[in-house]
Amino acid sequence: MRREGSALHGFGVVTLKEVADHFTSILVVVLVVLVVATAVAVVRGAVDQIKEITAEDPYLFLRLFTRGGPLPLVALLSFLVPLIAIGLGFDAVNGEHNRRTLSRILSQPIYRDALLFGKFVAGLFTLSISLIVLWLLVIGFGLVGLGVPPNAEEMARALVLLVVTIAYGGFWFALALLFSIVFRSAATAALVSLGVWLFLTILWPLFSPALADAVTTAGDVLGVLDTRQMFARLSPSVLFNEIVAVVLDPSVRSTQQSMLAAMGLALIERGAIPDAPIPLLQSVLIVWPQIVGLVAGTILLFVIGYIVFQRQEVRA
Amino acid sequence: MSENVIEARDLTKRYNGTAVVNGISFSVARGEIFGLLGPNGAGKTTTILMLLGLSDISSGQARVLGYDPTREPLAVKRRVGYLPDQVGFYDNLTAAENLRYAARLMGIERGEREDKITASLRHVGLADVTDKRVGTFSRGMRQRLGLAEILIKEAQIAILDEPTSGLDPQATVELLNIIRELKHQGVSVLLSSHLLERVQSVCDRVALFNQGNIALIGTVPDLGRQVLGGGFRVEVEAEGQGLAERIAAIPGVQRVEAAGANRVLLFADRDVRPEAAAAVVAAGGRLLRLSVEEPSLEAIYTRYFQTHAGERHAA
Repeated sequence: MRREGSALHGFGVVTLKEVADHFTSILVVVLVVLVVATAVAVVRGAVDQIKEITAEDPYLFLRLFTRGGPLPLVALLSFLVPLIAIGLGFDAVNGEHNRRTLSRILSQPIYRDALLFGKFVAGLFTLSISLIVLWLLVIGFGLVGLGVPPNAEEMARALVLLVVTIAYGGFWFALALLFSIVFRSAATAALVSLGVWLFLTILWPLFSPALADAVTTAGDVLGVLDTRQMFARLSPSVLFNEIVAVVLDPSVRSTQQSMLAAMGLALIERGAIPDAPIPLLQSVLIVWPQIVGLVAGTILLFVIGYIVFQRQEVRA
Repeated sequence: MSENVIEARDLTKRYNGTAVVNGISFSVARGEIFGLLGPNGAGKTTTILMLLGLSDISSGQARVLGYDPTREPLAVKRRVGYLPDQVGFYDNLTAAENLRYAARLMGIERGEREDKITASLRHVGLADVTDKRVGTFSRGMRQRLGLAEILIKEAQIAILDEPTSGLDPQATVELLNIIRELKHQGVSVLLSSHLLERVQSVCDRVALFNQGNIALIGTVPDLGRQVLGGGFRVEVEAEGQGLAERIAAIPGVQRVEAAGANRVLLFADRDVRPEAAAAVVAAGGRLLRLSVEEPSLEAIYTRYFQTHAGERHAA
């Protein structure tokens, strides 16, 4: 049976209101300022380091993202972007319940779809704006600090990084949004989101090799490595780090390269010539499955949340 | 005027096999104030949510202004205003900003929006707090802001869930006055409540809920006759000879009870004060006091649930 009217009626109104809420929310503003400030500090450190070490590096500009003391910018992003995303999403739906505004808003001539889509898009939009600001600041500092303009290839790779970071944040936002639908208490939703984040980002990469070894039957070293990597990839942070490693370094031609190198295995075994740069498209192709995985995870989480929300009772 | 704006037939809502609303039928006529009364958990709010299309109907049928709330929820929601139980607003926004958001969701054109917001806030007496944050508002002010939203919508039906609960007497009176004004503007009102005394004064007809069923339905005097059996109690205080016999002979009087020196209580199925006064005067007595006690909803409600206590134990 078809419903009357468009499911997206009122979508724009909800989105605008939610974006306005995000940018006036103290929590979100504090988180964004914190992350941007930390990132700028890290990049300044990276600039100093790059000036000292590499003079004839053809991809000097990209080192801005991957160099810099104990914590390079990309590591910082993989850690802190989820925090902004969770801050944006953890009280999206249960907040409406707790303020008792949900039934009043839903008694206006809109479908629930519009409310949820609006909240989702507004969250992604806010996240994108914050990350674009961050990205522009980093590029700006790099220009001033290094005094070398980036070439087109570097800009393209930096742009891919931006898009991937937004997708990565989108995954965590969708997770927080899902928990905000499932749990009536905003505190529960926030804590569960942070718990999942800590588990997937820190604990899973530590435990997954042992788990992989327990189930694998492959005898050779590469087979064991493959299984371990497949297990580790259940964590979106691992996916993000793999993407970043390949996209930001044209000399990396496999997501297993760093691991193999660490194991003391020469890449020549796999027929690769080390250090020969590959074009951007090839780099993206290598990590295409990871990118698709992140986006698919985001969509999956949103769809689960959407179904739960549609079936949920309006009354508290 | 006799046209029905809300019709419910065998409306049922089940959660996991348990019927919360069990096959209720009622109708609300245009311009009428209809009260859904009953204890908490009797199914009043669930009924309201089904009428608005905010909750699925397990079986039965509902028609709101001729539309089916499950199939055409937008058509229903465009024409019906809803004030939820303990209505909430965005505390960080001002009264006007909250209404503006709602008005935009209603699809009201930018040109009319501001005028309507100003007019409705004035109507409910919130004009001087237009630009104050709702976080500072009292319960009563929030309820009135909710009514302002219904005014902006120019709704044909206003559905109010427990509009007076938690309000102080002054705020209650103000709110009921606004509800009466809605009626004068031709808006049909469906309101639910467990506060009987207040509701009695505004409702044209009421439905008494009990465990998901409508136990009784009708005007308050009707219900009084059904439940209390003869709703009117007239107290006569007069000096004179043989008054009790004369008064007992008045048509409509069912029973006469002596209530102390010179005082008698009449139980009648209508207001028999004029006849009682005439009888006293005709007997040459001195009439000192004459008062009538109309059937109160409170009494009907209490009596009904006392006599049906056995059926309620599960609730």
